[in-house]
Amino acid sequence: MWVASRELATRWCVANSRQALSLVLDKISTLVWCLIQPMTFKNMAKKLLGDPINRVDGALKATGRARYSADIKRPGMLHGVLVMSTIANGKITAIDTADALKVPGVVNVMSHQNAPKLAGMDKNKPSEIATDRVLHVFQDDLVHYNNQPIAMVLAETLEQATEGASLVRVTYQTQPVKLPLPAGKADMSTPKQMPRVDDQVDTKRGDLAAGLAAAINRMEETYTTPTMNHNALEPHALLAYWEGDKLTMYNATQGISGCQKRVAEIFGMPKENVRVITQFLGGGFGSKGTTFSHVMLAPMAAKLTGKPVRLVLKREQMFGMVGNRSATVQRLNLATGKDGKLLATAHHSITQTSDFDEFAEPAGTITRMLYACPNLDTTHKFIRANIGTPAPMRAPGEAPGVFALESAIDEMAAQLRMDPLAFRLANYAETDPNKDKPFSSKSLRECYRQGAERFGWSKRPAQPRSLKNGNYLRGMGMATTVYPMNRGESTALVRLKPDGTVQVETATQDLGTGTFTIMTQIAAEVFGLSPDQVTLSAGDSIYPTSSVSGGSRNTASTGSAVTQAAQEVLKKARQMALKDPKSPLFNVAEAEIVVQKGGQLQQKSNPKVGEALTSLLKRNGNKPLEATVQSKQGDEKGKYSMNAFGAVFAEVEVDELLGEVRVTRLLGSFAAGRIVNLKTARSQVLGGMVWAVSMALHEKTVFDPRNNRVMNANLAEYHVPVNADIQEIDGFFIEEADDIVNPAGVKGIGEIGVVGTVSAIANAIYHATGRRFRDLPITVDKVLA
Amino acid sequence: MKQITVTVNGQPHSAEVEPRLLLVHLIRENLNLTGTHIGCDTSSCGACTVLLDGKSVKSCTVLAVQANGKSVSTVEGLCAPGAALNPLQEGFKENHGLHCGFCTPGMMMRATELLEHNPDPTEDEIRWGISGNLCRCTGYNNIVKAILYAGAKMRGEEPASTEPQFV
Ligand code: FES
Ligand code: FES
Repeated sequence: MWVASRELATRWCVANSRQALSLVLDKISTLVWCLIQPMTFKNMAKKLLGDPINRVDGALKATGRARYSADIKRPGMLHGVLVMSTIANGKITAIDTADALKVPGVVNVMSHQNAPKLAGMDKNKPSEIATDRVLHVFQDDLVHYNNQPIAMVLAETLEQATEGASLVRVTYQTQPVKLPLPAGKADMSTPKQMPRVDDQVDTKRGDLAAGLAAAINRMEETYTTPTMNHNALEPHALLAYWEGDKLTMYNATQGISGCQKRVAEIFGMPKENVRVITQFLGGGFGSKGTTFSHVMLAPMAAKLTGKPVRLVLKREQMFGMVGNRSATVQRLNLATGKDGKLLATAHHSITQTSDFDEFAEPAGTITRMLYACPNLDTTHKFIRANIGTPAPMRAPGEAPGVFALESAIDEMAAQLRMDPLAFRLANYAETDPNKDKPFSSKSLRECYRQGAERFGWSKRPAQPRSLKNGNYLRGMGMATTVYPMNRGESTALVRLKPDGTVQVETATQDLGTGTFTIMTQIAAEVFGLSPDQVTLSAGDSIYPTSSVSGGSRNTASTGSAVTQAAQEVLKKARQMALKDPKSPLFNVAEAEIVVQKGGQLQQKSNPKVGEALTSLLKRNGNKPLEATVQSKQGDEKGKYSMNAFGAVFAEVEVDELLGEVRVTRLLGSFAAGRIVNLKTARSQVLGGMVWAVSMALHEKTVFDPRNNRVMNANLAEYHVPVNADIQEIDGFFIEEADDIVNPAGVKGIGEIGVVGTVSAIANAIYHATGRRFRDLPITVDKVLA
Repeated sequence: MKQITVTVNGQPHSAEVEPRLLLVHLIRENLNLTGTHIGCDTSSCGACTVLLDGKSVKSCTVLAVQANGKSVSTVEGLCAPGAALNPLQEGFKENHGLHCGFCTPGMMMRATELLEHNPDPTEDEIRWGISGNLCRCTGYNNIVKAILYAGAKMRGEEPASTEPQFV
């Protein structure tokens, strides 16, 4: 169980007398201000740019006391080390474990020969749920990809298990290997569905051929992006143990509730018998949103040996079995009329999946809605390869897809000799052209305007290769960024106690983004309290079910559940007050009762009338008020298109002699509904923008074309930016009120920082050099070529 | 097996260890100091950074026996339990220099050595100085701010504001 420790919060809030004084002053000034202008409950609960408070777990993390899944121990615990396949397609003919078993301390080697049979294997098939993948849990002798787990050595120490794993000898019968993109392009098929099931696989609007025929300017280009791996800094890890038929797992997961459900399903046991705990998570970026094979293997080994089992993946084992971002090959056609308006758009994407499962990277979905264009075709195809199944990776589909689209838009603007921003404005979509629905809100024009102004876009000369800084060619580029508002189902319990403090319970995990802080803050705001008066119990499946932290949806989902449960409690308090003859608010209409800072109920039209929530509760039996709300999307999705938008501006310097590209300046302006906490939010988008630098310039998983073995399965050769690769980066938010999206009023900010930024950088490189790079990452060799 | 004595955060510890035991596992498993993390197995990420006789090392690439007779500092030694955070810890907390926090202990140990050698580093010196430590979450900017903040505090100067500063 994780509790946003009140003692810690107390240490930094209340024990600090200066702060205590400012709280009092705050109260006084609020009171004075309220006398002039009564504040409604609504605008109080929805401050558009929320307080930049420090994260509630900051001190725990800064002192090394935060416990991650690999830090948890149980007496008698065994260490598991996986043995991975060294072929990519075929069959295991023999596993020789004799030498491994001779290593002192090794107690068992689990493989398909002795692994417990799982009752729910009929559920182990391609699923329409994006985070449920086909698993390899030692139920048969088949090998589908290189680096697939095929055995697990269990020993008293990690060193013994590691030595044992090196001594397991496996013989195979091999089959020809199906290669990933771009080589394996021949055998294409159409996916049955997209990861978001209501996204269509292919779409057609208007008449593409007619649009192309009527156009004056046309472009057609192919853009390619490589396979990538998530590489959160924390390796996947879990500790599993059984007590009778009850299973407990300390597991690094982005979706506690989903993990609980999936484990129960595959083991064929009731969900109530599975407990999943994630106190702290060291990032995930999508790879921990799916319950992958290792999460089943550790409890299987615990069952086999009768001991708790800790399994921590080695970095190289994370290149295959825990998902990847699919490579893409994307063909874009754009055609415009004489006023620079788009007449035709086509976006044809080829991606890849494994030979045993289906995950279709939705690269073309944004193209359907980003600009107004009457004639448009989009298609998705994939190839099957002997690789681990791809999974959502930070902005799945949107990141590679918008790289292609926004590069093509830039190319068309160049062909038209139009300013890239002006070209985008000329094709601004006032309503969603794909769904033919209004946007719940769209502040993209404001993002363009403020972003361009702060960045100094007007100083960009139209001609490429016209800016220099010593040996470096300098360039400026921009792109639109966007991310759909996703919302899942979440439940939260909120309890208002007679001492005026609030308890929130919900299973949710904190990926590292600040979820624990945000939930605390959301509940505090509804009651007019300060965050240190709220205790959050989370990170454990014993609390009410909550959504996955993926697709930028958790604040929209769990945040809405917390908002609604808190509002429900407040409603109970209002009703209690108006029915209580001893309350100053007796017989006041419910709608007239508002909450003020400090947990005060007040009559809206007469702020002098009111009382503290604490005195109301004390008088009424001194019992807590609580509510549990299950929150999910209503019919707003059928009526509106709901998306966060933004504009990203990049400045790069390119040394043509050395092939070096430096991103010297990045600026993003984002409109994403209500921002709960400016500090955590800004940091989220900065982190996203660095992911874009990484995707544009560094990241690529390299396969050996003979056997699909990943050749750079480590953090030395799989490149991500280090601190010295990063220079000036800033991101800011446009105030945007959206009462339609969800009760929390938020749209999600986890992914929007990545999406458009990749092409903003590529477009800036074009402006610097006059050369277009359509194949990611843009590395030294390509710049020198 | 080999008998070693290592002083960790000022406390001497004696243990019988296998010669193949890594320092990081001695710290995490034998001494239960789990604030030192493991992010890779190839000395690439820096999550396991500790100070060995005052010098920052990646403890996944040091054998426990190599630390025999030496002193090791880990994140747990930066401030006593319950005591006020040290300036670096405070910098990371106040400036949101951490998201998931997995890289944070290693970053802080590296920064401890950096500030010792260079008490008033420029932003660029910090960026190069901590480039052996990867962070996949923060985008690095707030980490740089956190170290600038700590440097200022250690020099007795007023650190810059920790509120988000927009251009
Ligand atoms: S764990 Fe030591 S450098 Fe990565
Ligand atoms: S905060 Fe997550 S890796 Fe740095």
